[in-house]
Amino acid sequence: MDRLPVSHRRRGLLKGAGAVAALGALGFPAIVRSQADAIRFGHLTPRTGFLGPLGEYAVMGVNLAVDEINAAGGVMGRKIELIAEDSVNPQTASTKAERLIERDKVVAIIGEISSASGLAIAQVAQRNRTLFFNTGCNSDELRGKSCNRYMFHTEAANSMYVGAAGQALLRDGMVKGKKWYSLTADYAFGHDLLRVAKRFMNANGGTFAADELVPTDVADFSPYLLKIRNAKPDLVVSNLAGAQITNFMKQYMEFGLPFPVAGFGFDTAVAWGAGKGNVLGIWPLVWDSQVKTPSAQRFTEAFVKKYGKPPENQAWGDYMSTKHVAQAMNELKTTDSTRVVEHLEKGARFDILKSREGYYRNWDHQLMQEMYTITFKPAAEVKDKWDLFTLSAPVPAANQSLEVLAPTREENNCTMPA
Amino acid sequence: MLIQILEQVLNGLLAGAYYLLIALGLTLIFSLGGLVNLAHGAFYALGAYFAVKLADTLGFAGAIVLSPLAVALIGLLVERFLFRRFYREDPALGLLLTFGLAMVAEQALRWIFGASPIPFSIPPALKGQVLLGDFIYSKYRLLMLAVAVAAVAGLWLLLRRTPFGRVVRAGVQNPDMVAALGISLAPYMASVVALAVALAALAGVLLAPISGVHPAMGADILTASFVVVVIGGLGSFWGVVLAAVIVGVVRGLTVYFFPPAAEASMYLLMLLVLLFRPRGLFGERIQRFE
Repeated sequence: MDRLPVSHRRRGLLKGAGAVAALGALGFPAIVRSQADAIRFGHLTPRTGFLGPLGEYAVMGVNLAVDEINAAGGVMGRKIELIAEDSVNPQTASTKAERLIERDKVVAIIGEISSASGLAIAQVAQRNRTLFFNTGCNSDELRGKSCNRYMFHTEAANSMYVGAAGQALLRDGMVKGKKWYSLTADYAFGHDLLRVAKRFMNANGGTFAADELVPTDVADFSPYLLKIRNAKPDLVVSNLAGAQITNFMKQYMEFGLPFPVAGFGFDTAVAWGAGKGNVLGIWPLVWDSQVKTPSAQRFTEAFVKKYGKPPENQAWGDYMSTKHVAQAMNELKTTDSTRVVEHLEKGARFDILKSREGYYRNWDHQLMQEMYTITFKPAAEVKDKWDLFTLSAPVPAANQSLEVLAPTREENNCTMPA
Repeated sequence: MLIQILEQVLNGLLAGAYYLLIALGLTLIFSLGGLVNLAHGAFYALGAYFAVKLADTLGFAGAIVLSPLAVALIGLLVERFLFRRFYREDPALGLLLTFGLAMVAEQALRWIFGASPIPFSIPPALKGQVLLGDFIYSKYRLLMLAVAVAAVAGLWLLLRRTPFGRVVRAGVQNPDMVAALGISLAPYMASVVALAVALAALAGVLLAPISGVHPAMGADILTASFVVVVIGGLGSFWGVVLAAVIVGVVRGLTVYFFPPAAEASMYLLMLLVLLFRPRGLFGERIQRFE
């Protein structure tokens, strides 16, 4: 090898080039190159880190929606061109949102799951008067103190999740006079959720046996489980997020604690990742492929056909938002953001793949919609790895207003900055 | 209350095994090759993914044996074609190499298996708990502890009581002298890397049923394992074992008294140890990067 320095070096170079090419293919998002007169949509969502599993479904959802819209003639006869990137963290999300708007001239940004990054994108969107559809951030604060005219929320707010799971807990007598042991993810989302959960618990006569913050990098829950075992609560409540729920539930089952479990934040990917017999309890859900309305079934079939697995609730959020933006622009025959905002604030109705249509509430831009609760099946009743829980009837019930779960003005006031 | 604190301490002793197998491999590769292996977490993740795939056909017992072997083979290849070029180089180059390798491995897992966690459960025979008076142990964690203890004991015997171990220890202390005696360290280095990554893979198999199997799992556990190595003293075998146990106990006590600092506690511990004993608990000398 010493006698062949040139070829040796070239081989090294080739290998280096190969590695760079491989990194390029894996590490960077696919950017569809520009086509003449296309209309551009921007998509930002975390694809790595502890929200990455959800981001993966978000990307599948938005791509399916764009395919379908383009196949049906696009927006005002023009094709949608999707520019989708990993939002990584609030700083990067803000920079990328800026670039999508200024350089790529997108007419709307769709996506995000982390409430902190969502806030960063919302600020950029407001400054540039560009639409931002939030598909995965739950914090009430984004709809309240940090609300703005150009931000719309397809994802349900924490209050709606707590309200949905709360109805099931009230039904089962798990609130009044009961002691809750709550574990809360120690960052913006968790704090917001805890505040809402506490309000619900106090209003309905429950108390905390304990209420603990859990750093987001905790993977071994055994010390927490010992404390829970000694506290003997009536109910263990999870305000955790993402992969932490998977770890917590697997270890809860490992320790075989006898207390019932409920949670106020949930994504199906978390349960799929834990596997059958590893999760129990009552949890809220914004959508699931078990919803059997005709449009929901069409979406599920198209998704399974394209990706070979059922859609997760996060895929629903990004699919839905994209469809709503395109539909509004087609109906108005303009991409002008101010006109779209006015149209939505007037109460435009949308098919949201549930039994009732939804609308974006005019004062906080929250999508008014039905929610669901799920109950995990015993391992013996599970048919396949996707079929782990049963879905409740929609909440609110058919005879109730869609707004009963959503925060009131007193609870979460929003004054849109001009 | 005293009982509950005692319970946390005992659980902490068990929980130390969580980091031990990974930390031991890190310190082995560093001692002999001078390479700080930032890709060590990737081998741990590979071990878990292989276990999930192998357990489908061979069961958990098969996975626990075969997965570390398969990862050791990959380790041999990585050693032969990558690590070997960097033992005597500037440590920064080795850091760059292994950091890059860790990223490539994580993205490859994401590419092949998707970003979502893959379900994997404790084998039915090992489900359940053991109650000793007021203390509760999960059967599975007791098995995990037994396997970890056996691995540590086996490794210690290998290094202390065999001709192979004597050469490795001599290589750690004075590689030039070993070379002068006409012994080539290259095959020993290859075996040490294979052994170290097999231990990481074993940790991956053992932890897969109780924590999520996802592409970033390697990066998550690597930082904590480094903290254990630094507290124990780079290059010290028993230092790492002791540090793993202490970290487990300190975490448990922190969760008992002040849960928000659960993960911060081990970093504080590292800070304290480094302030009063910069070489770590049992480190023989301060390793310098020059």
